[in-house]
Amino acid sequence: MAEGVRVASSGSAVAAPATAPLLGVRGLQAWYGESHILHGVDFDVGEGEVVTLLGRNGAGKTTTLKSIMGVVPRREGSVIFEGAETIRLASNRIARLGIAWCPEERGIFASLDVEENLMLPPRVREGGLTVAQIYELFPNLRERRRSQGTKLSGGEQQMLAIGRILRTGARLLLLDEPTEGLAPVIVQQIGRTIVKLREQGFTILLVEQNFHFAATVADRHYVMEHGRVVDMIPNAELDAAMPKLHRYLGV
Amino acid sequence: MQALFGQLLVGLINGAFYAMLSLGLAVIFGLLNIINFTHGALYMLGAFCAWYILQSVHIGDFQLGYWSSLIIAPLVVGAFGVLIERTMLKRLYKLDHLYGLLLTFGLALVIQGVFRNEFGSSGLPYDIPPLLAGGFNLGFMFLPLYRGWVVVASLVVCLATWYVIERTKLGSYLRAGTENPALVQAFGINVPLMVTLTFAFGAALAALAGVMAAPIYQVSPMMGADIIIVVFAVVVIGGMGSIMGAIVTGFGLGIVEGLTKYFYPEASTTVIFVIMVIVLMIKPAGLFGKEH
Repeated sequence: MAEGVRVASSGSAVAAPATAPLLGVRGLQAWYGESHILHGVDFDVGEGEVVTLLGRNGAGKTTTLKSIMGVVPRREGSVIFEGAETIRLASNRIARLGIAWCPEERGIFASLDVEENLMLPPRVREGGLTVAQIYELFPNLRERRRSQGTKLSGGEQQMLAIGRILRTGARLLLLDEPTEGLAPVIVQQIGRTIVKLREQGFTILLVEQNFHFAATVADRHYVMEHGRVVDMIPNAELDAAMPKLHRYLGV
Repeated sequence: MQALFGQLLVGLINGAFYAMLSLGLAVIFGLLNIINFTHGALYMLGAFCAWYILQSVHIGDFQLGYWSSLIIAPLVVGAFGVLIERTMLKRLYKLDHLYGLLLTFGLALVIQGVFRNEFGSSGLPYDIPPLLAGGFNLGFMFLPLYRGWVVVASLVVCLATWYVIERTKLGSYLRAGTENPALVQAFGINVPLMVTLTFAFGAALAALAGVMAAPIYQVSPMMGADIIIVVFAVVVIGGMGSIMGAIVTGFGLGIVEGLTKYFYPEASTTVIFVIMVIVLMIKPAGLFGKEH
């Protein structure tokens, strides 16, 4: 997996890839009402990389994904996707550029059946997976395609939440804790899926609490604390960085 | 026997209007979270549009009438709905339900006040279109052709609306948007536009009901205020969340009202509210509503 690492291990929190990154986040700030959640987040994600955001609860990982997607009430700074500034765009415009979001709470619609949930996000580009390919990836969904979306098990709902954004043709996937609360066998299946998606050229920004899981799928890890990115650890150096990481995560 | 079927037909007619109006209210409440008190005024505007078209709109020597009103009035009132949503309602979505209710209630009073000032409170006559004048003798009762048309047309409109919302892709956006608009927008759907068009659709549906009502009831500034109170009771009984619930409850309660007129006329104006009280005590979310 080390060959996928594009960033020299400079030790700096923000190490720019050699070429322009697919996603460049600079000085990103976000607020919910009066509370100031992000205080200037900086990081890059290169094309084809799987990158994680690690950090304790409340460090701002989920808010970072939401801010990239444009679903927070107020944000400032810069989010550049494929060379275009997106900080002023509404979330539907950002989605149309080719960014797709799988929220932490999964967001499966109760009034839609499984197939309607799967077909809901519109295609924004060529090159998305076909429905047959998604069913191949998650065979459970095919069997249950006429069930009400929220009647699925937690694991199946997570597969549906990931599956439906693969159809759209988006090249950057924002996955918010896809393994949270799931049985180990399902976590493994989702891990294999992420590796497969990476092989197919998807770029993935992953929020994870479980860094043992993160280590099996990612190229690089950014560590967040108090609404900022404080460190970057290439996956190859994870073992060496373990004491530091334990301190960051407080485990 | 004649009288019973006569009252049943009156009940079906009222039910047709209850169904079309409560359907629009339910769709608007679902997506916009606003209890639209202007709905009665929009219904009245539809009837006045039809009246105005019949009085004074010509194309050359051709006098436009009822049939063109069925298209034009919903378009005009739908456009008015766009104006209301874009300039006023849009600012209220993040606030409590109460603000939308107060704004639409005030707006309804203003619209009705302006029309009462202009046209007085007595009704204006609107003739049944010549094509639908007359009726059939069914043996057990006389069926005026226009009333039969209203029941069939409104049933078709209601079922078509149900089909679009529950069975099509467009409807899946609407259902999903009702649950989680932020996520639907993050998938690339222009949700603010969808909200505007939904309000316009509800307004157009109210106007269509108003045009269809014009030859039956008189066209008057307060016609909407009278019916909307009953329609709100219908929505409460049916439950806010359900499209089919609004249709079934609308027709059902119209029929119940008609039957009451035959069997116990004294209770005919209160029976719907009595049912509302009972339903609220037994099943507060309404007959078809989802408990949360």
